[in-house]
Amino acid sequence: MTDRIRPGGVWVYCEQSGPAVRPVSLELLGQAARLAGRMGRAVTAVLIGGDVKGLAARLAAYGADIALCVQDDALAFPDELRYADELAALAAAYRPDALLLGATAFGRSLAPRLAARLGTGLTADCTALEIDPESGLLLQTRPAFGGNLMATIVCPAGRPQMATVRPRVFAAPRPDASRACEVIVGRPVSRESPVELIERIASDSELGIGEADVLVSVGQGIGGAANIELAEALARRLHGALSASRPMVDSGLVPYARQVGQTGKTVAPRLYIALGISGAVQHMAGVAARTIAAVNTDPDAPIFRYAHYAVRCDCGAFLREMLEKLN
Amino acid sequence: MNICVCVKQVPASNETRLDPVTHTIIREGAEGILNPFDAFAVEEAVRLKARFGGRVTALSMGIPAAEAMLRRVIAVGADDAVLLTDRAFAGSDTLATARVLARAVGKLGLPDLILCGRMATDGDTAQVGPMLAENLGLPHVSDVAAVESLEDGALTVRRLTDDGYARVRVRLPALLTVLREINVPRLPSIEGVLRGEAAGIAVWDHDSVAMPPEQAGLAGSATRVVRTVRPDLSVKTVAIEGTPAEQAAALIDCLRAEKLIGTEEQP
Repeated sequence: MTDRIRPGGVWVYCEQSGPAVRPVSLELLGQAARLAGRMGRAVTAVLIGGDVKGLAARLAAYGADIALCVQDDALAFPDELRYADELAALAAAYRPDALLLGATAFGRSLAPRLAARLGTGLTADCTALEIDPESGLLLQTRPAFGGNLMATIVCPAGRPQMATVRPRVFAAPRPDASRACEVIVGRPVSRESPVELIERIASDSELGIGEADVLVSVGQGIGGAANIELAEALARRLHGALSASRPMVDSGLVPYARQVGQTGKTVAPRLYIALGISGAVQHMAGVAARTIAAVNTDPDAPIFRYAHYAVRCDCGAFLREMLEKLN
Repeated sequence: MNICVCVKQVPASNETRLDPVTHTIIREGAEGILNPFDAFAVEEAVRLKARFGGRVTALSMGIPAAEAMLRRVIAVGADDAVLLTDRAFAGSDTLATARVLARAVGKLGLPDLILCGRMATDGDTAQVGPMLAENLGLPHVSDVAAVESLEDGALTVRRLTDDGYARVRVRLPALLTVLREINVPRLPSIEGVLRGEAAGIAVWDHDSVAMPPEQAGLAGSATRVVRTVRPDLSVKTVAIEGTPAEQAAALIDCLRAEKLIGTEEQP
Protein backbone atom coordinates (compact mmCIF):
# COMPACT_ATOMS: atom_id res chain seq x y z
CA MET A 1 0.00 0.00 0.00
CA THR A 2 2.80 2.38 0.89
CA ASP A 3 4.09 2.57 -2.68
CA ARG A 4 0.78 4.16 -3.66
CA ILE A 5 1.43 7.16 -1.44
CA ARG A 6 2.63 9.65 -3.94
CA PRO A 7 1.52 13.05 -5.08
CA GLY A 8 -1.79 13.38 -6.88
CA GLY A 9 -4.85 11.21 -6.79
CA VAL A 10 -8.41 11.93 -5.85
CA TRP A 11 -9.07 13.45 -2.46
CA VAL A 12 -12.24 13.58 -0.47
CA TYR A 13 -12.58 16.06 2.34
CA CYS A 14 -14.43 13.97 4.93
CA GLU A 15 -16.59 16.28 6.99
CA GLN A 16 -17.79 15.19 10.40
CA SER A 17 -21.01 15.59 12.28
CA GLY A 18 -20.11 15.27 15.93
CA PRO A 19 -17.88 12.22 16.29
CA ALA A 20 -19.01 10.58 13.02
CA VAL A 21 -18.18 11.16 9.37
CA ARG A 22 -21.09 12.67 7.45
CA PRO A 23 -22.74 10.20 5.07
CA VAL A 24 -22.00 12.42 2.04
CA SER A 25 -18.28 11.87 2.65
CA LEU A 26 -18.77 8.11 2.36
CA GLU A 27 -20.81 8.62 -0.81
CA LEU A 28 -17.93 10.67 -2.23
CA LEU A 29 -15.35 8.04 -1.30
CA GLY A 30 -17.26 5.64 -3.53
CA GLN A 31 -17.09 8.10 -6.43
CA ALA A 32 -13.44 8.88 -5.71
CA ALA A 33 -12.58 5.19 -5.86
CA ARG A 34 -14.29 4.88 -9.26
CA LEU A 35 -12.55 7.98 -10.64
CA ALA A 36 -9.16 7.14 -9.16
CA GLY A 37 -9.43 3.68 -10.68
CA ARG A 38 -9.76 5.27 -14.14
CA MET A 39 -6.73 7.42 -13.43
CA GLY A 40 -4.64 4.69 -11.85
CA ARG A 41 -4.34 6.79 -8.73
CA ALA A 42 -5.03 6.47 -5.04
CA VAL A 43 -7.99 7.73 -3.02
CA THR A 44 -7.11 9.94 -0.10
CA ALA A 45 -9.57 10.79 2.66
CA VAL A 46 -8.74 14.04 4.41
CA LEU A 47 -9.85 14.36 8.02
CA ILE A 48 -9.56 17.56 10.02
CA GLY A 49 -10.80 17.95 13.57
CA GLY A 50 -10.15 17.60 17.27
CA ASP A 51 -9.80 13.83 17.31
CA VAL A 52 -10.03 12.17 13.91
CA LYS A 53 -7.42 9.42 13.60
CA GLY A 54 -9.87 6.85 14.91
CA LEU A 55 -12.11 7.41 11.90
CA ALA A 56 -9.51 6.24 9.37
CA ALA A 57 -10.41 2.56 9.50
CA ARG A 58 -14.04 3.30 8.68
CA LEU A 59 -12.96 5.39 5.68
CA ALA A 60 -10.74 2.58 4.44
CA ALA A 61 -13.79 0.32 4.37
CA TYR A 62 -15.50 2.83 2.07
CA GLY A 63 -12.61 3.12 -0.37
CA ALA A 64 -9.85 5.30 1.08
CA ASP A 65 -6.30 4.10 0.34
CA ILE A 66 -4.80 6.83 2.46
CA ALA A 67 -6.21 8.79 5.37
CA LEU A 68 -4.59 12.16 5.78
CA CYS A 69 -5.35 13.37 9.29
CA VAL A 70 -4.79 16.74 10.89
CA GLN A 71 -5.93 16.96 14.46
CA ASP A 72 -5.69 19.64 17.07
CA ASP A 73 -7.95 20.92 19.84
CA ALA A 74 -8.20 24.21 17.98
CA LEU A 75 -9.71 22.32 15.02
CA ALA A 76 -12.48 20.72 17.08
CA PHE A 77 -15.14 22.93 15.48
CA PRO A 78 -15.51 23.59 11.76
CA ASP A 79 -13.97 26.95 10.87
CA GLU A 80 -13.60 27.94 7.24
CA LEU A 81 -10.37 29.88 7.72
CA ARG A 82 -8.58 27.29 9.81
CA TYR A 83 -9.74 24.37 7.70
CA ALA A 84 -8.78 26.20 4.50
CA ASP A 85 -5.32 26.77 6.00
CA GLU A 86 -4.95 23.05 6.70
CA LEU A 87 -6.29 21.88 3.34
CA ALA A 88 -4.20 24.41 1.43
CA ALA A 89 -1.06 23.21 3.21
CA LEU A 90 -1.86 19.57 2.48
CA ALA A 91 -2.66 20.34 -1.16
CA ALA A 92 0.62 22.20 -1.54
CA ALA A 93 2.53 19.25 -0.08
CA TYR A 94 0.80 16.39 -1.91
CA ARG A 95 -0.69 18.05 -5.05
CA PRO A 96 -3.95 16.18 -5.52
CA ASP A 97 -5.47 15.97 -9.01
CA ALA A 98 -8.99 16.38 -7.71
CA LEU A 99 -10.64 17.30 -4.44
CA LEU A 100 -14.28 16.47 -3.73
CA LEU A 101 -16.31 17.97 -0.89
CA GLY A 102 -19.85 17.44 0.28
CA ALA A 103 -22.15 20.33 -0.62
CA THR A 104 -23.23 20.72 2.99
CA ALA A 105 -23.64 24.19 4.47
CA PHE A 106 -20.05 24.01 5.71
CA GLY A 107 -18.68 22.41 2.55
CA ARG A 108 -20.28 25.09 0.39
CA SER A 109 -18.69 27.73 2.59
CA LEU A 110 -15.24 26.14 2.89
CA ALA A 111 -14.75 25.02 -0.71
CA PRO A 112 -14.89 28.46 -2.40
CA ARG A 113 -12.52 29.97 0.15
CA LEU A 114 -10.06 27.13 -0.49
CA ALA A 115 -10.46 27.35 -4.27
CA ALA A 116 -9.69 31.07 -4.18
CA ARG A 117 -6.68 30.39 -1.96
CA LEU A 118 -5.37 27.78 -4.39
CA GLY A 119 -6.39 29.79 -7.47
CA THR A 120 -8.21 26.82 -8.92
CA GLY A 121 -11.67 26.15 -10.33
CA LEU A 122 -14.61 24.91 -8.31
CA THR A 123 -17.87 23.43 -9.56
CA ALA A 124 -20.82 23.46 -7.18
CA ASP A 125 -23.42 20.76 -6.68
CA CYS A 126 -22.23 18.24 -9.26
CA THR A 127 -24.59 15.41 -10.08
CA ALA A 128 -22.20 13.41 -12.27
CA LEU A 129 -18.42 13.05 -12.26
CA GLU A 130 -16.42 11.28 -14.97
CA ILE A 131 -12.89 11.22 -16.31
CA ASP A 132 -12.50 12.37 -19.91
CA PRO A 133 -10.62 9.46 -21.55
CA GLU A 134 -8.75 11.82 -23.91
CA SER A 135 -7.71 14.69 -21.68
CA GLY A 136 -7.81 12.90 -18.35
CA LEU A 137 -9.74 15.89 -16.99
CA LEU A 138 -12.51 15.57 -14.46
CA LEU A 139 -15.84 16.13 -16.23
CA GLN A 140 -18.09 17.82 -13.71
CA THR A 141 -21.79 17.93 -14.58
CA ARG A 142 -24.23 20.10 -12.69
CA PRO A 143 -27.76 21.37 -13.18
CA ALA A 144 -28.17 25.02 -14.15
CA PHE A 145 -31.18 27.34 -14.35
CA GLY A 146 -33.35 25.36 -12.02
CA GLY A 147 -32.52 22.09 -13.71
CA ASN A 148 -33.51 23.30 -17.19
CA LEU A 149 -29.97 22.65 -18.34
CA MET A 150 -27.17 20.24 -17.45
CA ALA A 151 -23.74 21.84 -17.86
CA THR A 152 -20.50 19.87 -18.02
CA ILE A 153 -17.55 21.84 -16.69
CA VAL A 154 -13.81 21.22 -16.69
CA CYS A 155 -10.89 22.88 -14.97
CA PRO A 156 -8.10 22.56 -17.54
CA ALA A 157 -5.16 24.11 -15.70
CA GLY A 158 -5.94 24.68 -12.02
CA ARG A 159 -5.17 21.94 -9.52
CA PRO A 160 -6.78 20.34 -7.72
CA GLN A 161 -9.93 20.17 -9.82
CA MET A 162 -12.48 20.95 -7.12
CA ALA A 163 -16.13 19.94 -6.97
CA THR A 164 -18.87 19.85 -4.37
CA VAL A 165 -21.61 17.23 -4.47
CA ARG A 166 -24.93 17.34 -2.66
CA PRO A 167 -25.69 14.70 -0.07
CA ARG A 168 -27.47 11.61 -1.41
CA VAL A 169 -26.77 12.29 -5.08
CA PHE A 170 -24.63 9.15 -5.06
CA ALA A 171 -25.15 6.00 -3.05
CA ALA A 172 -22.50 5.11 -0.49
CA PRO A 173 -20.48 2.04 -1.51
CA ARG A 174 -20.91 -1.19 0.40
CA PRO A 175 -18.27 -1.08 3.16
CA ASP A 176 -15.50 -3.67 3.00
CA ALA A 177 -14.16 -4.15 6.52
CA SER A 178 -11.16 -6.09 5.21
CA ARG A 179 -9.73 -2.99 3.51
CA ALA A 180 -7.04 -1.04 5.33
CA CYS A 181 -5.50 2.30 4.62
CA GLU A 182 -2.25 4.07 5.29
CA VAL A 183 -2.69 6.78 7.92
CA ILE A 184 -0.64 9.93 7.52
CA VAL A 185 -0.77 12.50 10.28
CA GLY A 186 -0.18 16.07 9.20
CA ARG A 187 1.06 18.85 11.43
CA PRO A 188 -1.54 21.56 12.10
CA VAL A 189 -0.56 24.85 10.50
CA SER A 190 -3.64 27.06 10.87
CA ARG A 191 -3.56 30.40 12.59
CA GLU A 192 -6.04 31.74 15.10
CA SER A 193 -9.35 32.53 13.44
CA PRO A 194 -11.25 35.82 13.74
CA VAL A 195 -14.45 33.75 13.85
CA GLU A 196 -15.40 32.34 17.23
CA LEU A 197 -18.18 29.85 17.93
CA ILE A 198 -20.36 31.01 20.83
CA GLU A 199 -22.99 28.29 20.86
CA ARG A 200 -24.70 25.75 18.69
CA ILE A 201 -28.47 25.70 18.56
CA ALA A 202 -29.90 22.39 17.43
CA SER A 203 -32.89 23.09 15.18
CA ASP A 204 -35.32 20.47 16.36
CA SER A 205 -34.28 17.01 17.39
CA GLU A 206 -35.99 15.64 14.31
CA LEU A 207 -34.34 14.43 11.14
CA GLY A 208 -33.11 17.24 8.87
CA ILE A 209 -34.77 17.43 5.46
CA GLY A 210 -31.42 17.00 3.70
CA GLU A 211 -30.82 13.57 5.25
CA ALA A 212 -34.30 12.09 5.17
CA ASP A 213 -35.03 9.06 2.97
CA VAL A 214 -38.67 10.08 2.80
CA LEU A 215 -40.00 13.63 2.76
CA VAL A 216 -43.65 14.46 3.27
CA SER A 217 -43.91 17.96 1.89
CA VAL A 218 -46.79 20.37 2.28
CA GLY A 219 -47.93 23.27 0.12
CA GLN A 220 -50.73 25.79 -0.05
CA GLY A 221 -53.25 23.15 -1.02
CA ILE A 222 -52.74 21.16 2.20
CA GLY A 223 -55.93 22.63 3.70
CA GLY A 224 -55.11 24.03 7.11
CA ALA A 225 -52.85 23.52 10.10
CA ALA A 226 -54.66 20.34 11.21
CA ASN A 227 -53.63 18.67 7.95
CA ILE A 228 -50.03 19.75 8.48
CA GLU A 229 -50.13 17.79 11.72
CA LEU A 230 -51.44 14.78 9.82
CA ALA A 231 -48.63 15.21 7.29
CA GLU A 232 -46.14 15.30 10.14
CA ALA A 233 -47.66 12.12 11.54
CA LEU A 234 -47.28 10.46 8.14
CA ALA A 235 -43.65 11.61 7.96
CA ARG A 236 -42.99 10.07 11.37
CA ARG A 237 -44.76 6.86 10.39
CA LEU A 238 -42.56 6.58 7.27
CA HIS A 239 -39.40 7.42 9.28
CA GLY A 240 -39.05 10.56 7.22
CA ALA A 241 -39.31 14.28 7.76
CA LEU A 242 -41.76 17.08 7.09
CA SER A 243 -40.83 19.72 4.52
CA ALA A 244 -42.74 22.52 2.84
CA SER A 245 -42.96 24.88 -0.08
CA ARG A 246 -42.20 28.56 0.29
CA PRO A 247 -45.75 29.90 0.91
CA MET A 248 -46.08 27.65 3.96
CA VAL A 249 -42.86 29.09 5.37
CA ASP A 250 -43.79 32.65 4.47
CA SER A 251 -47.07 32.30 6.35
CA GLY A 252 -45.21 31.00 9.41
CA LEU A 253 -46.77 27.53 9.40
CA VAL A 254 -43.48 25.69 8.87
CA PRO A 255 -39.95 26.83 9.90
CA TYR A 256 -37.55 28.02 7.21
CA ALA A 257 -35.12 25.16 7.87
CA ARG A 258 -37.79 22.88 6.33
CA GLN A 259 -38.28 24.87 3.11
CA VAL A 260 -37.58 23.06 -0.15
CA GLY A 261 -36.82 24.95 -3.35
CA GLN A 262 -34.63 27.53 -4.94
CA THR A 263 -34.84 29.87 -1.95
CA GLY A 264 -34.75 27.00 0.54
CA LYS A 265 -32.90 23.70 0.47
CA THR A 266 -32.25 21.20 -2.27
CA VAL A 267 -33.31 17.75 -1.18
CA ALA A 268 -32.70 14.31 -2.63
CA PRO A 269 -34.89 11.81 -0.78
CA ARG A 270 -35.77 8.44 -2.22
CA LEU A 271 -39.43 9.37 -1.91
CA TYR A 272 -41.01 12.83 -2.02
CA ILE A 273 -44.69 12.97 -1.19
CA ALA A 274 -45.96 16.37 -2.32
CA LEU A 275 -49.22 17.30 -0.63
CA GLY A 276 -51.02 20.31 -2.06
CA ILE A 277 -47.87 21.57 -3.75
CA SER A 278 -48.53 23.14 -7.14
CA GLY A 279 -45.03 22.40 -8.48
CA ALA A 280 -43.69 25.82 -9.44
CA VAL A 281 -40.30 25.78 -11.18
CA GLN A 282 -38.71 27.47 -8.16
CA HIS A 283 -39.92 24.67 -5.91
CA MET A 284 -39.01 21.83 -8.25
CA ALA A 285 -35.49 23.26 -8.60
CA GLY A 286 -34.94 22.02 -5.05
CA VAL A 287 -36.35 18.53 -5.55
CA ALA A 288 -33.98 15.81 -6.71
CA ALA A 289 -36.06 12.87 -5.53
CA ARG A 290 -35.93 9.40 -7.03
CA THR A 291 -39.70 9.07 -6.84
CA ILE A 292 -42.33 11.77 -6.47
CA ALA A 293 -45.89 11.07 -5.39
CA ALA A 294 -48.14 14.09 -5.76
CA VAL A 295 -51.50 14.63 -4.11
CA ASN A 296 -53.52 17.57 -5.37
CA THR A 297 -57.13 18.37 -6.22
CA ASP A 298 -56.13 20.47 -9.24
CA PRO A 299 -55.70 18.19 -12.29
CA ASP A 300 -53.69 20.91 -14.06
CA ALA A 301 -51.18 21.39 -11.22
CA PRO A 302 -47.67 21.38 -12.76
CA ILE A 303 -46.51 18.97 -10.03
CA PHE A 304 -48.24 16.16 -11.92
CA ARG A 305 -45.76 16.61 -14.80
CA TYR A 306 -42.94 15.65 -12.42
CA ALA A 307 -44.83 13.03 -10.45
CA HIS A 308 -44.36 9.27 -10.79
CA TYR A 309 -47.61 8.75 -8.92
CA ALA A 310 -50.44 11.22 -9.41
CA VAL A 311 -53.20 11.19 -6.83
CA ARG A 312 -56.08 13.58 -7.50
CA CYS A 313 -57.52 13.84 -4.05
CA ASP A 314 -58.15 16.15 -1.13
CA CYS A 315 -55.05 16.14 1.06
CA GLY A 316 -56.90 15.83 4.36
CA ALA A 317 -58.98 12.84 3.23
CA PHE A 318 -55.92 11.21 1.67
CA LEU A 319 -53.81 11.68 4.80
CA ARG A 320 -56.44 10.23 7.09
CA GLU A 321 -56.74 7.15 4.87
CA MET A 322 -52.97 6.74 4.59
CA LEU A 323 -52.48 6.95 8.36
CA GLU A 324 -55.32 4.54 9.04
CA LYS A 325 -53.93 1.97 6.60
CA LEU A 326 -50.37 2.28 7.85
CA ASN A 327 -51.18 2.15 11.56
CA MET B 1 -20.01 51.06 10.05
CA ASN B 2 -19.26 51.40 6.34
CA ILE B 3 -20.84 48.61 4.34
CA CYS B 4 -20.32 47.37 0.81
CA VAL B 5 -23.19 45.28 -0.53
CA CYS B 6 -22.53 43.13 -3.60
CA VAL B 7 -25.45 42.70 -5.95
CA LYS B 8 -25.98 40.93 -9.24
CA GLN B 9 -28.44 41.31 -12.07
CA VAL B 10 -29.85 37.94 -13.05
CA PRO B 11 -32.22 36.87 -15.82
CA ALA B 12 -35.84 37.23 -14.77
CA SER B 13 -36.58 33.77 -16.11
CA ASN B 14 -34.96 30.35 -16.00
CA GLU B 15 -35.52 30.12 -19.78
CA THR B 16 -32.14 31.55 -20.63
CA ARG B 17 -30.29 31.81 -23.94
CA LEU B 18 -26.71 30.59 -23.98
CA ASP B 19 -23.81 31.48 -26.20
CA PRO B 20 -23.35 28.41 -28.45
CA VAL B 21 -19.54 28.64 -28.29
CA THR B 22 -18.73 29.58 -24.71
CA HIS B 23 -21.91 28.13 -23.11
CA THR B 24 -22.19 31.29 -21.04
CA ILE B 25 -25.39 33.26 -20.50
CA ILE B 26 -26.38 35.82 -23.12
CA ARG B 27 -27.31 38.64 -20.77
CA GLU B 28 -27.94 41.31 -23.37
CA GLY B 29 -31.57 41.75 -24.32
CA ALA B 30 -32.89 39.45 -21.59
CA GLU B 31 -35.04 40.98 -18.89
CA GLY B 32 -32.84 41.47 -15.84
CA ILE B 33 -33.80 41.71 -12.19
CA LEU B 34 -31.92 42.14 -8.92
CA ASN B 35 -30.92 38.67 -7.76
CA PRO B 36 -33.71 37.90 -5.26
CA PHE B 37 -31.21 36.86 -2.56
CA ASP B 38 -29.36 40.16 -2.88
CA ALA B 39 -32.47 42.10 -1.88
CA PHE B 40 -32.00 40.73 1.64
CA ALA B 41 -28.35 41.79 1.67
CA VAL B 42 -29.31 45.31 0.55
CA GLU B 43 -32.04 45.54 3.19
CA GLU B 44 -29.71 44.30 5.92
CA ALA B 45 -27.07 46.82 4.89
CA VAL B 46 -29.61 49.64 5.13
CA ARG B 47 -30.82 48.39 8.53
CA LEU B 48 -27.28 48.07 9.90
CA LYS B 49 -26.56 51.58 8.70
CA ALA B 50 -29.60 52.75 10.67
CA ARG B 51 -28.36 50.87 13.76
CA PHE B 52 -24.68 51.69 13.63
CA GLY B 53 -24.26 54.61 11.19
CA GLY B 54 -21.92 54.74 8.22
CA ARG B 55 -22.44 54.51 4.48
CA VAL B 56 -23.76 51.80 2.18
CA THR B 57 -22.12 51.32 -1.19
CA ALA B 58 -23.61 48.89 -3.69
CA LEU B 59 -21.19 47.10 -6.00
CA SER B 60 -22.11 45.10 -9.07
CA MET B 61 -20.38 43.53 -12.03
CA GLY B 62 -22.55 43.20 -15.09
CA ILE B 63 -23.73 44.56 -18.40
CA PRO B 64 -24.32 48.34 -18.76
CA ALA B 65 -28.07 47.78 -18.34
CA ALA B 66 -27.44 46.72 -14.73
CA GLU B 67 -27.18 50.43 -13.94
CA ALA B 68 -30.99 50.57 -13.66
CA MET B 69 -30.87 47.84 -11.02
CA LEU B 70 -28.31 49.84 -9.04
CA ARG B 71 -30.62 52.88 -9.13
CA ARG B 72 -33.32 50.76 -7.52
CA VAL B 73 -30.82 49.68 -4.85
CA ILE B 74 -30.17 53.35 -4.10
CA ALA B 75 -33.94 53.88 -4.03
CA VAL B 76 -34.23 51.52 -1.06
CA GLY B 77 -31.41 53.12 0.89
CA ALA B 78 -27.91 52.59 -0.51
CA ASP B 79 -25.84 55.80 -0.62
CA ASP B 80 -23.77 55.14 -3.74
CA ALA B 81 -23.27 52.48 -6.35
CA VAL B 82 -20.49 51.25 -8.59
CA LEU B 83 -20.99 49.23 -11.76
CA LEU B 84 -18.09 47.18 -13.05
CA THR B 85 -18.73 46.72 -16.72
CA ASP B 86 -16.31 45.77 -19.47
CA ARG B 87 -16.31 43.22 -22.29
CA ALA B 88 -13.15 41.92 -20.62
CA PHE B 89 -15.28 40.82 -17.65
CA ALA B 90 -17.75 38.82 -19.75
CA GLY B 91 -17.87 35.08 -19.13
CA SER B 92 -16.11 35.30 -15.77
CA ASP B 93 -16.48 32.24 -13.59
CA THR B 94 -16.81 32.66 -9.83
CA LEU B 95 -13.04 32.81 -9.34
CA ALA B 96 -12.58 35.58 -11.93
CA THR B 97 -15.64 37.44 -10.67
CA ALA B 98 -14.36 37.43 -7.11
CA ARG B 99 -11.00 38.67 -8.38
CA VAL B 100 -12.60 41.67 -10.14
CA LEU B 101 -14.82 42.45 -7.15
CA ALA B 102 -11.83 42.33 -4.81
CA ARG B 103 -10.02 44.88 -6.96
CA ALA B 104 -13.06 47.14 -6.84
CA VAL B 105 -13.41 46.84 -3.05
CA GLY B 106 -9.73 47.66 -2.78
CA LYS B 107 -10.25 50.78 -4.85
CA LEU B 108 -13.28 51.82 -2.77
CA GLY B 109 -11.28 51.34 0.42
CA LEU B 110 -11.90 48.32 2.64
CA PRO B 111 -15.30 48.71 4.35
CA ASP B 112 -16.08 47.39 7.85
CA LEU B 113 -18.53 44.90 6.43
CA ILE B 114 -19.29 43.32 3.05
CA LEU B 115 -22.71 41.77 2.56
CA CYS B 116 -23.70 39.34 -0.19
CA GLY B 117 -26.84 37.37 -0.89
CA ARG B 118 -26.62 33.65 -0.18
CA MET B 119 -26.22 32.90 -3.89
CA ALA B 120 -27.39 34.09 -7.29
CA THR B 121 -30.33 32.41 -8.93
CA ASP B 122 -28.60 32.17 -12.31
CA GLY B 123 -25.64 30.20 -11.01
CA ASP B 124 -26.78 28.72 -7.69
CA THR B 125 -23.13 28.30 -6.65
CA ALA B 126 -22.89 30.44 -3.46
CA GLN B 127 -19.18 30.74 -4.24
CA VAL B 128 -18.46 34.40 -4.98
CA GLY B 129 -18.98 35.63 -1.40
CA PRO B 130 -16.46 33.31 0.30
CA MET B 131 -14.04 33.72 -2.64
CA LEU B 132 -14.22 37.51 -2.35
CA ALA B 133 -13.55 37.27 1.39
CA GLU B 134 -10.52 35.08 0.72
CA ASN B 135 -9.18 37.46 -1.92
CA LEU B 136 -9.46 40.35 0.52
CA GLY B 137 -7.98 38.35 3.40
CA LEU B 138 -11.20 38.76 5.40
CA PRO B 139 -13.10 36.20 7.44
CA HIS B 140 -16.58 35.29 6.23
CA VAL B 141 -19.69 33.82 7.75
CA SER B 142 -22.14 32.33 5.29
CA ASP B 143 -25.89 31.69 5.58
CA VAL B 144 -26.44 34.36 8.22
CA ALA B 145 -30.00 34.42 9.58
CA ALA B 146 -29.62 37.34 12.02
CA VAL B 147 -27.12 40.03 12.97
CA GLU B 148 -27.53 40.23 16.72
CA SER B 149 -25.06 42.76 18.08
CA LEU B 150 -21.89 44.76 17.54
CA GLU B 151 -19.39 44.89 20.41
CA ASP B 152 -15.72 45.83 20.46
CA GLY B 153 -15.42 45.68 16.68
CA ALA B 154 -16.99 42.24 16.39
CA LEU B 155 -20.42 41.20 15.15
CA THR B 156 -22.41 38.42 16.78
CA VAL B 157 -24.47 36.65 14.14
CA ARG B 158 -26.68 33.58 13.90
CA ARG B 159 -25.93 31.29 10.99
CA LEU B 160 -27.77 28.31 9.57
CA THR B 161 -25.74 25.11 9.79
CA ASP B 162 -26.34 21.52 8.76
CA ASP B 163 -27.44 20.69 12.29
CA GLY B 164 -29.46 23.76 13.19
CA TYR B 165 -28.04 27.17 13.92
CA ALA B 166 -24.84 28.49 15.45
CA ARG B 167 -24.09 31.81 17.07
CA VAL B 168 -20.66 33.05 16.12
CA ARG B 169 -18.68 36.20 16.78
CA VAL B 170 -16.68 37.56 13.87
CA ARG B 171 -14.14 40.37 14.07
CA LEU B 172 -14.58 43.17 11.56
CA PRO B 173 -13.81 43.75 8.80
CA ALA B 174 -15.64 40.68 7.56
CA LEU B 175 -17.96 39.39 4.85
CA LEU B 176 -21.39 37.88 5.49
CA THR B 177 -23.68 36.07 3.10
CA VAL B 178 -27.28 36.38 4.22
CA LEU B 179 -30.38 34.20 4.08
CA ARG B 180 -33.89 35.12 3.11
CA GLU B 181 -35.05 34.79 6.70
CA ILE B 182 -32.84 37.67 7.87
CA ASN B 183 -35.38 40.39 7.03
CA VAL B 184 -38.26 41.55 4.86
CA PRO B 185 -36.98 44.00 2.25
CA ARG B 186 -38.75 47.33 2.11
CA LEU B 187 -40.35 48.81 -0.98
CA PRO B 188 -38.83 52.01 -2.32
CA SER B 189 -40.42 55.29 -1.34
CA ILE B 190 -41.17 57.95 -3.93
CA GLU B 191 -38.32 60.04 -2.52
CA GLY B 192 -36.08 57.00 -2.77
CA VAL B 193 -36.96 56.40 -6.41
CA LEU B 194 -36.23 60.04 -7.20
CA ARG B 195 -32.92 59.81 -5.34
CA GLY B 196 -32.04 56.69 -7.32
CA GLU B 197 -32.88 58.34 -10.61
CA ALA B 198 -30.79 61.39 -9.76
CA ALA B 199 -27.82 59.44 -8.39
CA GLY B 200 -24.55 59.32 -10.23
CA ILE B 201 -23.52 55.67 -10.72
CA ALA B 202 -19.78 55.17 -11.00
CA VAL B 203 -18.99 52.99 -14.01
CA TRP B 204 -15.64 51.23 -13.89
CA ASP B 205 -13.82 49.11 -16.46
CA HIS B 206 -10.75 46.93 -16.10
CA ASP B 207 -8.46 49.96 -16.24
CA SER B 208 -10.39 51.61 -13.41
CA VAL B 209 -9.53 48.73 -11.09
CA ALA B 210 -6.09 47.99 -12.61
CA MET B 211 -7.27 44.53 -13.62
CA PRO B 212 -5.18 42.88 -16.32
CA PRO B 213 -7.84 41.78 -18.87
CA GLU B 214 -6.33 38.30 -19.13
CA GLN B 215 -7.10 37.73 -15.44
CA ALA B 216 -10.81 38.48 -15.90
CA GLY B 217 -13.61 37.16 -18.06
CA LEU B 218 -13.31 33.85 -19.87
CA ALA B 219 -9.53 34.27 -20.14
CA GLY B 220 -9.16 34.62 -16.38
CA SER B 221 -11.54 31.79 -15.50
CA ALA B 222 -10.29 28.49 -14.15
CA THR B 223 -13.34 26.60 -15.35
CA ARG B 224 -14.77 26.05 -18.82
CA VAL B 225 -18.22 24.84 -19.73
CA VAL B 226 -17.60 22.19 -22.37
CA ARG B 227 -21.10 20.91 -22.92
CA THR B 228 -24.68 21.86 -22.13
CA VAL B 229 -27.60 19.49 -22.50
CA ARG B 230 -31.30 20.09 -21.99
CA PRO B 231 -32.28 17.12 -19.88
CA ASP B 232 -35.42 15.18 -20.60
CA LEU B 233 -37.40 15.95 -17.47
CA SER B 234 -40.50 14.04 -18.49
CA VAL B 235 -41.47 11.16 -16.26
CA LYS B 236 -43.89 8.32 -16.73
CA THR B 237 -46.79 9.18 -14.48
CA VAL B 238 -49.06 6.54 -12.99
CA ALA B 239 -52.46 8.02 -12.17
CA ILE B 240 -54.00 6.56 -9.03
CA GLU B 241 -57.79 6.72 -9.19
CA GLY B 242 -60.67 5.82 -6.91
CA THR B 243 -62.01 6.92 -3.56
CA PRO B 244 -59.49 8.39 -1.09
CA ALA B 245 -59.38 5.01 0.69
CA GLU B 246 -58.69 3.17 -2.58
CA GLN B 247 -56.13 5.75 -3.63
CA ALA B 248 -54.28 5.53 -0.31
CA ALA B 249 -54.26 1.73 -0.45
CA ALA B 250 -53.05 1.69 -4.07
CA LEU B 251 -50.28 4.19 -3.41
CA ILE B 252 -49.07 2.24 -0.36
CA ASP B 253 -48.94 -0.92 -2.52
CA CYS B 254 -46.95 0.85 -5.24
CA LEU B 255 -44.50 2.40 -2.79
CA ARG B 256 -44.01 -0.90 -0.98
CA ALA B 257 -43.43 -2.70 -4.27
CA GLU B 258 -40.67 -0.22 -5.02
CA LYS B 259 -39.36 -0.63 -1.45
CA LEU B 260 -39.73 3.11 -0.96
CA ILE B 261 -41.61 2.57 2.26
CA GLY B 262 -41.26 -0.29 4.72
CA THR B 263 -43.69 -3.07 5.42
CA GLU B 264 -45.19 -3.45 8.90
CA GLU B 265 -42.32 -5.51 10.26
CA GLN B 266 -39.65 -2.99 9.43
CA PRO B 267 -38.61 -0.37 12.00
